[in-house]
Amino acid sequence: MEVTTKSMPYEAWKDNEYIEGLVEELRANGTNVLVGTLDKLINWGRSNSLWPLTFATSCCGIEFVSLGAARFDMARFGWEVARSSPRQADFMMVAGTIVNRMAPVFRRLYDQLAEPKYVIACGGCAISGGPFRKSYHVAKGIEDIVPVDVFVPGCPPCPEAMIYGIMQLSRKVKVERFFGGVNRQEKQKEFLADSPVAQKAEEIINGEQA
Amino acid sequence: MATIQENIAAKFPQATFEEADVLQINIPDAQLHDLAKTLRDEYGYDYLITIVGIDRVECLGAIYFLSNTKTNQEISIQVTTTDRQNPVITSIADLWSIATIYEREVYDFYGIIFLNNPDMRRLFLSIDWVGYPLRKDYDNGPDSNPVTLEAEPQSDDTHVYTRGEDGKIVCTEKPIFAKNDFVVNIGPQHPATHGVLRFRTAVDGETIKKIDVYMGYIHRGVEKLCENLQYMQTLHFMDRLDYFSAHNYHHGLCMCIERAAGIEVPRRAQVIRVLMDELSRIASHCLFFGTYCMDLGATTMLFYTLRVREQILDIMKKTCGARMTFNYDCIGGVMADLDPDFVKDVKALLATIPANIKEYNKIFTGNVIAEGRLEKMGIMTRQQAIDWSVTGPSGRASGWACDVRKTHPYSIYPEIQFDEIVMTEGDSMARFKARLLEMEQSAHIIEQLIDNIPEGDYLAKVPKVLKLPQGHWFQLVEGCRGVFGVYIESDGGTQPVRMKFVTPSLNLAAVVDEITSGNKIADLITIAGSLDYIVPDMDR
Ligand code: SF4
Repeated sequence: MEVTTKSMPYEAWKDNEYIEGLVEELRANGTNVLVGTLDKLINWGRSNSLWPLTFATSCCGIEFVSLGAARFDMARFGWEVARSSPRQADFMMVAGTIVNRMAPVFRRLYDQLAEPKYVIACGGCAISGGPFRKSYHVAKGIEDIVPVDVFVPGCPPCPEAMIYGIMQLSRKVKVERFFGGVNRQEKQKEFLADSPVAQKAEEIINGEQA
Repeated sequence: MATIQENIAAKFPQATFEEADVLQINIPDAQLHDLAKTLRDEYGYDYLITIVGIDRVECLGAIYFLSNTKTNQEISIQVTTTDRQNPVITSIADLWSIATIYEREVYDFYGIIFLNNPDMRRLFLSIDWVGYPLRKDYDNGPDSNPVTLEAEPQSDDTHVYTRGEDGKIVCTEKPIFAKNDFVVNIGPQHPATHGVLRFRTAVDGETIKKIDVYMGYIHRGVEKLCENLQYMQTLHFMDRLDYFSAHNYHHGLCMCIERAAGIEVPRRAQVIRVLMDELSRIASHCLFFGTYCMDLGATTMLFYTLRVREQILDIMKKTCGARMTFNYDCIGGVMADLDPDFVKDVKALLATIPANIKEYNKIFTGNVIAEGRLEKMGIMTRQQAIDWSVTGPSGRASGWACDVRKTHPYSIYPEIQFDEIVMTEGDSMARFKARLLEMEQSAHIIEQLIDNIPEGDYLAKVPKVLKLPQGHWFQLVEGCRGVFGVYIESDGGTQPVRMKFVTPSLNLAAVVDEITSGNKIADLITIAGSLDYIVPDMDR
């Protein structure tokens, strides 16, 4: 199955093995035809109107502003409805450094996003801490804090790279199963198993609820 | 200068003097307050540029940089203490309002307690942070202060330290807000705070009573990182503080290092640097108009102003190879020569600027809604601007001529004709207009230079690993938002012992409380936005 989006030729994508792997995995789980068709319809809608959360902490955020303006114009792709409230957004473009003080706030914002939700780590800082990795007050990448769907390297990534990154996300959304939400929950579980920081947070949240 | 030195020596016999680029007075803590008061009241040193905390292992201390707003001369005072367990210095927060914030920063980084400071809290780090990160013996291991997802502990109290009658230091708790205040939290994730800044706002109905500016959501510890890097390697951080003034900040740091190392910068490089600085200024102000008007609900303006910014970014991309983090100025000159199209592109840009400014005025400045919302809103007097060290277009809109290009002319600025924009209204509209007029002046500067770029080298010969002699240097430049300062202290090695960046945004955010209280909460966005601070710049 050739998954593509926004009339981009399939061969032009850089990492088709990954998406093929994902499709493979889904097939193995077996999809019922009716649900599969409905899934397709819904995902077509979802992947074409991904709404970002206005979230920027530093330099990379400015390129995100450029992305919204007339020249790069993300409205062409249906992403222009940047929401200020996490409850109305589909994905979070983490543009900028996340520092110790911001980490709990950032996690809370992620928790407030409505399911299904996605995260794009945009720029060196979000991926690994970037130029500030050795600092005493910087998180060494957001992967310890939330699960990440797409990484966009750069410092800052140019708007074209951001477009490519969000297109990758919309491609991923296209093949996912909306009903049953297998992917999301599984990803959460896996993520929790790997990340001690997130586990701790989960414990605290559960503790509070109990 | 000699007379001041003699007079001070007569009045304060314990003072010792050190001639560096800025005259430094060393004084014991007991006389610091008197000396600062004398300098302010009798000698006109009324502008507190910064307080630099230092850790020289054998002692901790603080260096105060003062400037005279009439003669534009600088002087510095150094106070040290050998007590590492309980270091104490007397506060000067009653003389300068901004000192409260500066002292909090030093406390946060070095653990030095300032006696009588009305608000002795940490500034950037959380209250349960272990250790003081800029001390030389700070443990930066993975186990000290790890990233956690637990909500940060908050306190509604601050501390005041005073000396009791028996000479012991007494700590009293003091609430930040009054007992029955209704406190609204704005930020850190809010589209109109321009980044991750948080205002704890006490309101009475719709009226703002007090704002506690809560920073540190993007504190990246740049100053500490610099201490473990070679001089060449510290440059790239300048792109990432105030990312709109990347060229200007680079220029400042390079000049400071070049002066210390005695490097002569070729004339071609100097002209290129100034050209880039002024192009940055235009691009930066353009983005300010766009985002500011968007905050006020005029979204369209963003699309018009970003048009010019994109044009400038294209010019820079051709020469510097990047759209934002250029890393272009380097020690001894600039990284690469100008692109062959540079002159042509810049001329094309200059041709469009007058029409663009006219358009901005038509869309926004003359608009009745804009006038109604901006005029007489958030008035800052000249006195307040100096008291809070608010520089840049915001300070000049209040009538304080503080443009470093005029007060401490550097590079080739003395040869260039341009006007310093000084207005007197001090309201949000004046701050807005000051930037529009500055854009015209920047274009004027570029016009004078663009046909006269001298031929020659663009980079002086500089050793790969640069060593600075022992000593310390202080350099000011004009960023897009105000005075940017660099303090470098070297022990003769390849890495700095201390590098301090004085950034204008810290002051711009600090003054928000002063000029918004009494206004309606809806006007907070108008007033704070018009100051145009950049959060990573204030947090560093
Ligand atoms: S990746 Fe680079 S541009 Fe982006 S936030 Fe980090 S330092 Fe800034």
